[in-house]
Amino acid sequence: MTRKLLTGNVAAAWGARLADVDYVPAFPITPQTEIIETLARWYERGEAGGRLTMLESEHSMLTAAAAAAATGVRVFTATSSQGLLYAMEMMFAVPGWRAPFVLANVSRALATPITLEPDHTDVLAARDSGFLQIHCATCQEVLDSVLIAYRLAEHPRVRLPAIVNLDGFYLSFTREPVEIPEADAARDFLPPFEAGAVAFRASRPVSQAVAVLGGSPYSYFRYEAHLASLDALQAYDEIAADFGRRFGRHHPAVASYRADDAEVAFVMIGAFSTKAMEAVDRLREQGIAAGLVRPRLLRPFPVDALRKALLGRRALAVIDQNLSMGKGGVLATEIASALYGCRGAPVIASYVGGLGGRDIGPEEFYAMAAEARAAADAGQAPAPRLLYTAGELREVRKLQAIALAERHEAGAAT
Amino acid sequence: MKDGTRAVSDPQPLHVIRGMKDLPSAHLLAGGTSMCAGCGGLQALHEVYDVLGAKTVFVNAAGCMTLLANYPFTPFRGSWLYTSMASAPAGAQGVRDALDILIAKRRIPPEEDLSAVVLTGDGAAYGMGLSATSAAIERGLDFLYLCYDNEGYGNTGQQASGATPHGARTATSGRGYAGFKKDLFAVWAAHRPAYAATVIGSEPVDLARKVEKAARIKGPRLILALAPCPTGWDYDPQETVEIGHLAMKCGIWPLREFENGRIVHTRTPHPRVPVEEYLRRQGRFRHLFEPQRDEQALAAIQAGVDAYWQSAG
Repeated sequence: MTRKLLTGNVAAAWGARLADVDYVPAFPITPQTEIIETLARWYERGEAGGRLTMLESEHSMLTAAAAAAATGVRVFTATSSQGLLYAMEMMFAVPGWRAPFVLANVSRALATPITLEPDHTDVLAARDSGFLQIHCATCQEVLDSVLIAYRLAEHPRVRLPAIVNLDGFYLSFTREPVEIPEADAARDFLPPFEAGAVAFRASRPVSQAVAVLGGSPYSYFRYEAHLASLDALQAYDEIAADFGRRFGRHHPAVASYRADDAEVAFVMIGAFSTKAMEAVDRLREQGIAAGLVRPRLLRPFPVDALRKALLGRRALAVIDQNLSMGKGGVLATEIASALYGCRGAPVIASYVGGLGGRDIGPEEFYAMAAEARAAADAGQAPAPRLLYTAGELREVRKLQAIALAERHEAGAAT
Repeated sequence: MKDGTRAVSDPQPLHVIRGMKDLPSAHLLAGGTSMCAGCGGLQALHEVYDVLGAKTVFVNAAGCMTLLANYPFTPFRGSWLYTSMASAPAGAQGVRDALDILIAKRRIPPEEDLSAVVLTGDGAAYGMGLSATSAAIERGLDFLYLCYDNEGYGNTGQQASGATPHGARTATSGRGYAGFKKDLFAVWAAHRPAYAATVIGSEPVDLARKVEKAARIKGPRLILALAPCPTGWDYDPQETVEIGHLAMKCGIWPLREFENGRIVHTRTPHPRVPVEEYLRRQGRFRHLFEPQRDEQALAAIQAGVDAYWQSAG
């Protein structure tokens, strides 16, 4: 085992390398591109034995990925943001092929306005696609999750593709110390891909992804994939436990930090949760029993593990780095659905923040914890909040005023 | 690559198809599919499949033929993968790359190899799928691209597509399509593929020769079949073969090949029958004849055909 400073992107590439991936269909997009460039370099130098093919779009990339997986090779691919959405038709189509592979998504906010910095609206748009989803908070987790994702996706009861999500910039371009497992140890954990009955061979014709007529066969196949996804819950726990035994690093479906005795818990996914951990420590110093609960597995949705972690807390501050327009935070809705009607369910305060890479400051964490606790005292959930400071609003107004003034000036000059 | 084209020639000698008696006698595609009676696309597919054989995986783009394989039945002896409307060539890329990897890593024997064949209608081929197709050709993908061209979005009721000819009535152009049919063969030829050919099911010997040749070449290969469509073109299903003959004889559907950087016509209709003999058989052009003849439009269509053959020499 070696320890190196790696960006999240290179950690993802290492995951694919240690998974002994055969095939990488690729298309560049910021902030993901470093992943495919790293793999391309290794393959060109013969440092790893995969093959990379550049496609002309993410839609084609996803099609090639799934078609290759359906032919019986281990496939890795990666994208971000607009690319994920461009591929969305295939994102929803290919899980039904039951040909597992892993897609690293480097989360980046969506247009409009077009931007480069992260939030999770992109990956949550794929929430209902049938892909399994693992969300990472550190570069180490990115590497480990790629290996875990292959074991999970290829599990005989699962056979579904998986997304490993990492935040653009905050993880993709941030160097952190990462333990790189030995190739042998990785191979022992993740044996070579077994295609099973899903493979195109001259001696064994198969028809894949054929049309159905009528709701009955349609429902049959949709339910099959859904039930396979639910089976991935138990499979995940077994696989994560095995990973922990072998490598000493534990990646449960629902990670928590100082949450066992917490009165108020932050609930969030991704790299910004490390900011919440810092806030938890500061709040604890002030005598407030704060904690963090972070679902790593979002699909399948680990309802039981979340109930175990969250029931008994007095209040939750669910922080969504995404925005479902006209509704609010996606995670808040999901958490509420897991807890509704349960005895001892906490009051849920819902916050949307961190859109397009906007920071969430310590004071905001403290304020959210205070508001959530007050809501618990009052026994009434507060109205959902959009995090934005008066200072930020002033800055935007100032820019608008400058632009307007310049336009007037230009108009006066002509 | 030879002569700048994306071809690798096969040392095997060609099986020479001289006439009807040299065509395959065994038919691979089962009957009883959900295609319309008199489907010119299905006619071409039958003929193509008999020559290609069952060691194929058809990678399908959304279109009429998507309903050929209908769970749990398929008329194909070989394999099938439905992808989407726009990305069938990328599906072929994934299958081809994976088979190459498996053979190179000795995880399957070479006998298990398959030919990747894209099966697409003109709606995808001339429009939404063109980007994926162009990219597959430029990557030098070893695949056969079979397009059944019924000159409209046939599966949804014949709306105008990039393949619709000038003047044709469609569900979205009641007074005749104002645009002009795209020359997909020329688009392919501009990419300098390993091989490209136009065919029609009514000329089975010409078709079989071309498919036979294409099957023995590696690289990107086009078989573009004009597919007379009784429902979309509005004629009696029994006339499919005859309308196909007329398409060739009037010169509106030139039978040609692109090979080694050159375009060759495999049939030169001489003398060419007037194009209106082809047009008047189809309801989609009836407005050019009734209630009165649209001399201007008919002359324009004839002039287009004449100009093509003049430039073809």
